[in-house]
Amino acid sequence: MSHKILMFGWEFPPHNSGGLGVACAGMARALVRAGERVHFVLPRTQEVSGAEIDFCFADVEQDLFDITAVDSKIYSPYASSREYQKRLKQDGDMPSIYGNTLLAEVLRYGQKAAAIARETDHDIIHAHDWLSFPAAIAARAESGAPFVAHIHATEIDRTGGQGVNSQVYEIEKRGFEAADRILAVSEFTRQILIKHYGIDPEKIGVAYNGIDSEEKERLPGVLKQLSDRGGKLVLFLGRITLQKGPDYFLEAAKRVLEIRDDTYFIMAGSGGMQTEMIERAAELGIGDRVFFPGFVRGQKIDQLYQSADLFVMPSVSEPFGITPLEAMMNQTPVLISKQSGVSELLDHALTVDFWDTDKMADRINAVLEHPALYGALSTHGYQEVNQISWDDTAETLIAAYGDLVEAR
Amino acid sequence: MATVCFYFQVHQPHRLRPFSVFETTGSTTPEPRDYFSDSSETDRNNARVLRKVARKSYEPTNQTLLDLLREHPEFRVSFSFSGTVLEQLAAHAPETLASFQELAATGQVEILAETYHHSLAFFYDRAEFDHQVREHERLIERLFNTTPQVFRNTELAYNDELGAWVDKQGYKGVLAEGFEPVLGWRSPNFVYQPPAAKQARLLLKNHKLSDDIAFRFSNESWKGWPLTAEKFARWINDHNAKKNESGEVINLFIDYETFGEHQWEDTGIFDFLRQLPAEVLAHPDNTFMTPSEVIDNHQPQGTVAMPETVTWADTERDLSAWLGNDMQQAAVKALYELKPLVREAKREAIEEDWRRLQTSDHLYYMCTKWSSDGDVHAYFNPYESPYEAFITYMNVLADLRERCHGATEPPAKKIEVTSVGV
Repeated sequence: MSHKILMFGWEFPPHNSGGLGVACAGMARALVRAGERVHFVLPRTQEVSGAEIDFCFADVEQDLFDITAVDSKIYSPYASSREYQKRLKQDGDMPSIYGNTLLAEVLRYGQKAAAIARETDHDIIHAHDWLSFPAAIAARAESGAPFVAHIHATEIDRTGGQGVNSQVYEIEKRGFEAADRILAVSEFTRQILIKHYGIDPEKIGVAYNGIDSEEKERLPGVLKQLSDRGGKLVLFLGRITLQKGPDYFLEAAKRVLEIRDDTYFIMAGSGGMQTEMIERAAELGIGDRVFFPGFVRGQKIDQLYQSADLFVMPSVSEPFGITPLEAMMNQTPVLISKQSGVSELLDHALTVDFWDTDKMADRINAVLEHPALYGALSTHGYQEVNQISWDDTAETLIAAYGDLVEAR
Repeated sequence: MATVCFYFQVHQPHRLRPFSVFETTGSTTPEPRDYFSDSSETDRNNARVLRKVARKSYEPTNQTLLDLLREHPEFRVSFSFSGTVLEQLAAHAPETLASFQELAATGQVEILAETYHHSLAFFYDRAEFDHQVREHERLIERLFNTTPQVFRNTELAYNDELGAWVDKQGYKGVLAEGFEPVLGWRSPNFVYQPPAAKQARLLLKNHKLSDDIAFRFSNESWKGWPLTAEKFARWINDHNAKKNESGEVINLFIDYETFGEHQWEDTGIFDFLRQLPAEVLAHPDNTFMTPSEVIDNHQPQGTVAMPETVTWADTERDLSAWLGNDMQQAAVKALYELKPLVREAKREAIEEDWRRLQTSDHLYYMCTKWSSDGDVHAYFNPYESPYEAFITYMNVLADLRERCHGATEPPAKKIEVTSVGV
């Protein structure tokens, strides 16, 4: 029996397609492929790409965002509130005002949800992350359909547990408590809900993210003049924030350079800690070995993956972590922290604790030193990532829907 | 006549502790290192593993066999011990070593020859291989007061070249896998000869009946389950129906850890073993023999050629579990390329470490075959992944290389400290 799913999200590709948007799109499309009907709600009108998915925008009568005024500052669900406030401060705004505005917008999105639920035929409500939880709670109050809370990242991950925004935390917690079923993107995240939010373990399942297989075109290398001279490239790619562990990457880089002088490090991305990291690299005396190309997008990303001898994701707290899968899709070996959801899923990745920078450096050196290790990780990693699919995620979701609908 | 020939492999490697490349940096002294001395509560801790296996497997099985040998004068078994397990028994479980010696002293037990370090040296360095076989022989003579007459190579890895070597060394025979693609229509249940051998005989493992005990014993979805001694004896008896003047020999070649470790006590494996000799001997045409007795009492039924190396592992029965991927190839190449440096260093500790690194288990941990065989591999692997195994091994090998250099290079000029001023 197919289900009619009323799905609340915050973003959707191609617009503003952060990790959450990409995951929502992958999931929604796989659900449709599996014969489910998905009605996807977004807070405001945007260009979307998703055949067979009905879209609904909560701003049809009234804009939730004043796009022209705040577009550049739209809150990303993956940024910590602290980092966000810092950014606002730099822009000269009053952080508290905008922070309140965002929360107000989240709540207004929630108010719209009741009307949407009234007008849309559905038997499941499925909401992604805290920004859409108030909407889902409102929809549930309206229709009484079971509510699945899908958690991609918690405030604990975003802040590393320091400087948690209590209002965000409260909205998350209320969402978890109101939900009939919670799906976490990993066991790692499931444990955070148990430990930091006091949620009943029985209520939480795990639905790993997938990735769309695609044949990657071989692109010209970056920093070719270095690799042509036998130089090795080690890549970090992600937001340069506390959560992603860029400082541990630099510590490891320093250690690697103590025993080999042929290695260069790329820290791609932007974020609140970028300036600090540039200064840190200089402080460690490796400023000439670390490149900061800033935020990269599009084909440039694949180009970086392909040029790298190793991709490192040293995250301090990573609910899932899609970037290692993208690297593997480009046949690049990966080294990831054990504090990541994706490490539960992968056999053909090297894993270390994010804080164990000596071991991280040891593993980096080994991949650069031994072509046989590089080759084995590249080959097996590519095979492995091609077996990971959104269809498996959809299967988990459909099983959860089935249980909920049956239980009613 | 059906003859049952039991052979048990007893082996434990010296597993490597976690070893970082940063432990090597700047160290070029030849002094002994502690590559094998993990003291964690994991399966990398050799003493811990050894004591656990001794308690769960070796001791109760030895006791069971001792009782059986006393009870049944016709009962026979044979063992092959690696030098590395005997060393560890002596160090961490001397009473268990004593019970093995007690078994050997019954006169109903044969001890076989192998390489001291459970290595694949035969395929890489013949002089090194000879050395390890001689070292092993000396150890067996010292501990068990007997000189081995029958050879078995690491992982039962056998080919015609090994058959020729065994013959030339004057052994009575050699053990190998009874692999159907090699045997064709022939049965493993007869004594054969390696091609062109003068006296050496070839004993082939009956892998079906061996693996019924070693692998399938506790498998509830197997049609033979539950396996009782009475049922197994019936399968042995079936071989009596096929009349042959020389009789049939059922070679049951099994890892000794099968008893109590791979098959836990609660599977009933010890009861099975306890009852088996009586059940087998209940048939008047059945008997037990050691490999030497089998060879002395049976005429060879022609020659079996194995130009390609055959082992007792996995469905492929080749060396791919040890040498099948690029990491394993890189590791074994680096290992044997180190030999000239090791010799030049002339340090006992360096030589011993190099030999311990030849133990086949190190390569096995790097296996990336992820089939149903892969599950078996994971079970025996103390590392998180084959990659971790490779990295540790290569780091240690690099350190060993540095030590070799440290032993041969003139010491760096010491900086004279003439005065210590504050």
